[in-house]
Amino acid sequence: MFDFAYFVSMLPDIWKAFKETLTMIGIALSISLVIGLPLGILLFVTDKGLFWENRLIKNIFGFVVNLVRSIPFIILLVALFPLTKLIVGSTIGPVAASVSLSVAAIPYFARLVESSLREIDKGVIEATIAVGATPWMLIKDVLIPEARTSIIRGVTLTVISLVAYSAMAGVVGGGGIGDLAIRFGYYRYDNTIMVSTVAILIILVQLIQLAGEQFAKSIDKR
Amino acid sequence: MLEFQNISKIYQSKNKQVVGVDNVSLTIHKGDIFGIVGYSGAGKSSLLRCVNLLERPTSGKVLIDGVDLTKLSSSRLRTARLKIGMIFQHFYLISQKTVGENVAFALRAAKTPKDKIESRVNELLEMVGLTDKKDVYPGQLSGGQKQRVGIARALANNPSILLCDEATSALDPKTTLSILRLLKKINKQLGITIVLITHEMDVVKEICNRMAIMQDGRVIEEGHVYDIFAQPKEPLTQEFINSVVSFDIPSEILKDVKGQIIKILFKGEVAGEGVISDTMQRFDVKGNFLHGTIEYIQERPLGIFIMELKGGQAAVKEAIGYMEQRGAIVEVVESV
Repeated sequence: MFDFAYFVSMLPDIWKAFKETLTMIGIALSISLVIGLPLGILLFVTDKGLFWENRLIKNIFGFVVNLVRSIPFIILLVALFPLTKLIVGSTIGPVAASVSLSVAAIPYFARLVESSLREIDKGVIEATIAVGATPWMLIKDVLIPEARTSIIRGVTLTVISLVAYSAMAGVVGGGGIGDLAIRFGYYRYDNTIMVSTVAILIILVQLIQLAGEQFAKSIDKR
Repeated sequence: MLEFQNISKIYQSKNKQVVGVDNVSLTIHKGDIFGIVGYSGAGKSSLLRCVNLLERPTSGKVLIDGVDLTKLSSSRLRTARLKIGMIFQHFYLISQKTVGENVAFALRAAKTPKDKIESRVNELLEMVGLTDKKDVYPGQLSGGQKQRVGIARALANNPSILLCDEATSALDPKTTLSILRLLKKINKQLGITIVLITHEMDVVKEICNRMAIMQDGRVIEEGHVYDIFAQPKEPLTQEFINSVVSFDIPSEILKDVKGQIIKILFKGEVAGEGVISDTMQRFDVKGNFLHGTIEYIQERPLGIFIMELKGGQAAVKEAIGYMEQRGAIVEVVESV
C-alpha cells in the first residue's frame, strides 16, 4: 500500500505543501499572539475585583470571544471569504487561509491567556498593588512574568490547534499538507500520500508539544 | 499617626450581610508597634487591609497624619501606598523575579532613578541580611528568608507605616523570633510605626508596646501591652493572656488548700519577694506559694504569684492591705 518510489517522486510536492502549512501557521500564530495576548489580559483585568474592573467591557469582549469560538471552523472558513477577499485579495492559497485561521485562533489563545492569568495567586497581585505599582507595571512585571510558563503552554496548544485547522483549510483550497491529503489521499484513494501526510502531521505535533514543554520548563523559576 | 475613625466594613453577599469590622475607632501613634489580636474571623485582617485600602471600608475614615485616604484619587492613593509597607503571611513575592528584582520592583513603582535603584537594593538586602541572595529566585529560599525579602520590599520607599498581616504565622518559632527581632530593629532604627495582626500572643508579648483585642468585628479592649498583660479585663483577653501566661493549678493541690487563695501582682520595679517576706513577718499569717512567674514585657518585669494565705480573717485582711500599700495588686480568687 505504501509505494516508496512514488513517495520519493512526490517529495517536492510534499515539501511545497509543508512550507505552505508552515506559512499559514506562522502568519496565524503571529497575529493571534499579537491580538490574543492583550485580549486575554483585558478579559482578566476587567474581571470582578481586579484593578480595571469593568463589567461592560468584560461582557462585550467575552461575548465576542464565545461567539467566534462557537462557530465550527469549517463554517467560519467559508463565512470569512468576503473578509479574506478584502484583506488578501484572493480566497485561495495559504495566505488567504491564514485570515480565517487567525480569526479562529485569536479568541482561543485569548481564553488560554485569561485562564493562565487566573492561576496567579491573587495575593501576589494584591501585594504589588499595596507596593503602589501602576496598572502597567502590574501587567508587565507581575501578570505576564508570573503567567509566562502557563502562557507558553497555551501557545503550544494554539499551534497544535492551528495544525489541525490548517488541514481543514485544504478543503477550500488553502493549500498545505491538509490540501495534499484531501486531493491525493482522499479524492484519489492515494494511500501513499495519505499515510505520509498523516505521518508528517503526527511528527509535527509531537515536535511542537515537545519543544513547547521544554521551553516552558526552561523559563520557569519556581 | 494613624487613626481609624468609626470604621465599618460590611460584606454583601447574595442574601445576607456579614459585618467584618463594626465601628472601630483606634489611634496608633508614631513609633508604636501596635498589635491587633483576635481569632480568625474577628475582623482584624479586614481592619488592617483598610489602612492601605486593599479593602475599602463601608463607612468611616482612615487618617494618616491627618490625611483621609478614602478621599484620595486612585493616582494619589498609589502615591500614598508607597509610604505604607505591607508584609504577608504567605510573603507573596513575584516568583519569576529574583530577590533583587522583587525589591527593585517597589523602587520602580516610586519612580526611583535607575542609577539609584541598584545601590538602594543592596542597602535594603543588607539590612535584612540577604546580601548573598540577590540573584536567587524566591523558590530557592526558606520561609524566613522569603519574609525578609518581603520586608525589604516593604521598606524600599522609606514608608512611615509597616503593616504586618500575620507575618510570622507560617514560620517556625525560631524563625518567628528572628523576624520579630528584625521588625523591632526596624522600628527602633527607622522609627517606622508597625501595625501587626496576629492570633499569637507570644508575638505581641515579644515586640508590641500597645495592643487591641478584637471580637466579632469590634475592638473589645485596647491599651498598653504591659497593662493588659497585668490586668486583662475582658474574658477573651484573659483567654489570650492565659495562652502565654497560664496558671493552671492541679486540682489535687487545690483540694488541700484550706486558706484564702490570692493572686498578687507586682508591676515593674516593686520587689516582689521583699514585700511577701515582710508581710509574713509582720502579720500572723502563713503563706504557701501555689504558682508564680515573673514575665518580662517590654523589658519591664511583671510578677504574678498565686498563694494561699492561712491565718485569722482579720490578719489575712490586714496582710492584704499591707501588700497593697507596698504597691502590689492583690486579688482574692475563689477558684483558679
